[in-house]
Amino acid sequence: MALNITDIKRIAHLARLEISDQEATATLTKLTGILGLIEQMQAVDTTGITPMSHSQDVTQRLRDDVVTAINQRESFQANAPVLGNGSAEKAVDSGLYLVPKVIE
Amino acid sequence: MLAKKEISSVEMTQTFLDRIHQHNPTINAYIALDADKTLAQAKAADARIASGTAEPLTGIPFAQKDIFCAKGWQTTCGSKMLANFVAPYDAHVITQFDNAGAVNLGKTNMDEFAMGSSNETSYFGGVKNPWDFDRVPGGSSGGSAAAVAARLCAAATGTDTGGSIRQPASLCGFTGLKPTYGLVSRYGMIAFASSLDQAGPMAKSAEDCALMMNVMTGFDERDSTSLNRPKEDYTRGLDKMVGNQPLKGLRIGLPKEYFADGLDDNVAKVVQEAIAEYRKLGAETVDISLPNSQLSIPVYYVLAPAEASSNLSRYDGVRYGHRAAEYDDLMDMYMKSRAEGFGAEVKRRILIGTYVLSAGYYDAYYLKAQQIRRLIADDFTQAFKQCDVIMGPTAPSTAFKAGEKADDPVAMYLQDVYTIATNLAGLPGMSIPAGFSPSIDGKRLPVGLQLMGNYFDEARMLDVAHAYQQVTDWHLAMPEGI
Repeated sequence: MALNITDIKRIAHLARLEISDQEATATLTKLTGILGLIEQMQAVDTTGITPMSHSQDVTQRLRDDVVTAINQRESFQANAPVLGNGSAEKAVDSGLYLVPKVIE
Repeated sequence: MLAKKEISSVEMTQTFLDRIHQHNPTINAYIALDADKTLAQAKAADARIASGTAEPLTGIPFAQKDIFCAKGWQTTCGSKMLANFVAPYDAHVITQFDNAGAVNLGKTNMDEFAMGSSNETSYFGGVKNPWDFDRVPGGSSGGSAAAVAARLCAAATGTDTGGSIRQPASLCGFTGLKPTYGLVSRYGMIAFASSLDQAGPMAKSAEDCALMMNVMTGFDERDSTSLNRPKEDYTRGLDKMVGNQPLKGLRIGLPKEYFADGLDDNVAKVVQEAIAEYRKLGAETVDISLPNSQLSIPVYYVLAPAEASSNLSRYDGVRYGHRAAEYDDLMDMYMKSRAEGFGAEVKRRILIGTYVLSAGYYDAYYLKAQQIRRLIADDFTQAFKQCDVIMGPTAPSTAFKAGEKADDPVAMYLQDVYTIATNLAGLPGMSIPAGFSPSIDGKRLPVGLQLMGNYFDEARMLDVAHAYQQVTDWHLAMPEGI
């Protein structure tokens, strides 16, 4: 199926990537080329073939339901991004991460 | 040398640090260095050697691909998204090297999130191929590749999702091995396509790779796909690769699809010469077919981006990574942070992945690709009934010039035409130096021979590579002027 600019913008929104009109146009050309490559698959008859998601036939391991992770909040929060919107502080407060208000 | 105490680890490490100081500004192989940390490890290694508890890798200085989290080290995966990320914990691979007493020289440059075949998608700039500074080292493990080739480390780690260890090994002229999927834990290794990603050694020789495999492999419960198998000694057969015809009885499969159109003549010639050498070593060759191998690129460019689009959804600018400087609401923060933090190739793959997984297209793309993936894996199952190891070219060409393919993703993707199938099947693959192309602009360029083995057959592949390296010296060749 041929893609158009509207498709690119819809996909970019689903992927949570802001995209300008100019970028969308350039992306359309490149993605069309890549999808052309992918289209070669359609010539293959795969009726009845079991999809392969993994190379090894293994099942998910279970472990005892015990606490294994230790609290490393401080070291993890050392990597917090800068808050932005004029603030050069880290986006943390009292052990929590700061994001724009989502509940009125 | 370390065991005989001819040189201390500190002296050896300092020699490499000096070489890095001299050459890295040009080559750009390393993107994070910390001499204090490195030398502290070397000192500890010397103490361990003195105490008589050294292991084979104790005191040896390695370069670590910047995809592995190493506690206290900047760990960026080649991306602006993680430019300020300091890993709070160690990847399993890093822990294994630390426990062996190895020294970490620094973190190496790579294509952003391991998406690329030339190292040109790195946020930290391209890497020069030590054999010709106008050319790329391959990718995605381009920094590790250049560091090994330019002798800016004893050896290095890499990861290989579609050829990212083997293609640079071919383009830079050294030995690289992608193990069977599940042998090396992915814990702390930043995820690209989780069903394909596998870490492995990048070193001068098969012997060095075998020693590294002994350290890197092993069960780790923190990786849900880590395989619980008995530990192997990958060096166990190397000593037997001597004398007349050490490979007598070995059947080498030559897939006709790997010698068809699209293969550079100079590469084909070198590969044929290497195979002739193998016949002299006693091996016999068998013509085989991998009929679905030409589908591996289309299948890969559905599955890998699909997995990537899911894996990379974690980068939202909330808890770590890049956050946009200005934003309105939460959605705007996500959209801007991701748009600014990711480079063009990463965005393309996220978009492809999102598209093929989106409602209405899942069956036509994702499911179809998974079905063909099985056909590709089945081809290998059939082939290994006829032969013990498969050989062919690693990459379709020698190193290309920087910028030559940077604007054409499809041309770039074709670099992995011979390597991707083993990732899809989960099989081990290897590239060893097999010779050089005729000089271009006065520079000769390395050519790699690819070895593909059956599941868990790495020890035999290393033996086969070692046998060749006992009678040839391509793996000892060094670029001039470095």
